Amino acid sequence: MALASVLQSESVDFSNYGRQRHGFASGLYEAELGLESVGGDRLSFALSTSCSNEDGPDRKIEFLHGTTTLAFKFQHGVIVAVDSRATAGSYIASQTVKKVIEINPYLLGTMAGGAADCSFWERLLARQCRVYELRNKERISVAAASKLLANMVYQYKGMGLSMGTMVCGWDKTGPGLYYVDSEGNRVCGDLFAVGSGSMYAYGIVDSGLKQKDLTVEEACDLGRRAIYQATYRDAYSGGQVNLYHVHSEGWTRVSQSDVLMLHQQYQAEKA
Amino acid sequence: MFVTQVYGDNGKMKEYHYTGPVEHRFSPYSFNGGTVLAVAGEDFAIVASDTRLSEGYSIHSRDSPKCYKLTDTTVIGCSGFHGDCLTLTKIIDARLKMYKHSNNKCMTSGAIAAMLSTILYGRRFFPYYVYNIIGGLDEEGKGAVYSFDPVGSYQRDTYKAGGSASAMLQPLLDNQIGFKNMEGVQHLPLSQEKAVQLVKDVFISAAERDVYTGDALRICIVTKDGIKEETVPLRKD
Repeated sequence: MALASVLQSESVDFSNYGRQRHGFASGLYEAELGLESVGGDRLSFALSTSCSNEDGPDRKIEFLHGTTTLAFKFQHGVIVAVDSRATAGSYIASQTVKKVIEINPYLLGTMAGGAADCSFWERLLARQCRVYELRNKERISVAAASKLLANMVYQYKGMGLSMGTMVCGWDKTGPGLYYVDSEGNRVCGDLFAVGSGSMYAYGIVDSGLKQKDLTVEEACDLGRRAIYQATYRDAYSGGQVNLYHVHSEGWTRVSQSDVLMLHQQYQAEKA
Repeated sequence: MFVTQVYGDNGKMKEYHYTGPVEHRFSPYSFNGGTVLAVAGEDFAIVASDTRLSEGYSIHSRDSPKCYKLTDTTVIGCSGFHGDCLTLTKIIDARLKMYKHSNNKCMTSGAIAAMLSTILYGRRFFPYYVYNIIGGLDEEGKGAVYSFDPVGSYQRDTYKAGGSASAMLQPLLDNQIGFKNMEGVQHLPLSQEKAVQLVKDVFISAAERDVYTGDALRICIVTKDGIKEETVPLRKD
């Protein structure tokens, strides 16, 4: 499995040491310096633990279901806008999370679901994309990159990974936008919003996209506005709005705006 | 250590009345308390932790600090389940040695943070129940703080509190270091003396209101001249 191959990539190979697996006790002796693979045997124990142990680390792992991320295609590329709040239960663990992962200079991935799941698998995707480039002497397409990610997480389907990501980029067929999640979905589209605040964001973007041919400036404003409105109404979204624009030369970080500042700005505009 | 259903897994005792036959399950985790805090300055970093080790209603030790020195420029603070904290720090030390032997140089703070993220994620389906915060100097000599969740999600911060009293400390740090919710205040950069004093004050407050925090405070100050340690007494009740 992909996880095993990454974690055993160090030169010293402990993987075949003491391979008998009977129950919990022997599993403990195999904590091989963080290089062990994610074994199927420990899985059954872990699953039963997670049922009876709601207050343990499972609840305290940071999840980004409370989030709003969106991306849409338009005439001049793809706009990607995200909030920056991470919650652990009802505690706000951070207001400055980077939910857009820069896979390479022309591919972006967004984060929603489990923070560690998203950042780990997208970092692994970056590695795979680089390997593809070296082997084939050309950039990977957005369709292929999203397929690699979807296939990697499909192997772990049902094991509790939580990841809802949008892979956005520009390849030789033009702008590309795919939604990939840990359930195994991989869908191509022109507009996606993911997370607890997605419904609010859809409302803003759908009405703003009715007028065709947006300029870059208008599209950025639309994305920013949509995330702002979602943070306004969704308790689990907030922090800052991070905005990226993907065009033929790659991606550009357009802006990072604090939601409080945006609120004051929009109030002033209304007056 | 067997933890029965008498103690809930967050360390609090459950109510005692007869509810019928109860299935007792072994839990591999236990909550040992403790609070860790890290602050990054212009050319320094501070990692501080209390030294109380508790379980349920008991205190196992009053002198069990949660800061561990990794390299000359990096200190890690680990709180949560003490067993996993010990194992994790041993694993990190071993990996640091391996890196030093393979690459003939010490790991930088950023590299240690990235490595810890993959070590933690390797146990995605049976996590280390540890809240980690790394404090140190980056390659340019500026202070850096990296905070983690139990499965390896991490990011670089200016300040972070973790552990049992984290929800009490973090808002105070947001206000004093991040100048949040303050209007018309000049954003002065944090000096080392002011940061140390702030850390002491903040832990004294935490010891007042959190049962798992107290006994003593261990502060590690990381500068380019090395790591200085200071111990300050806290409430022992």
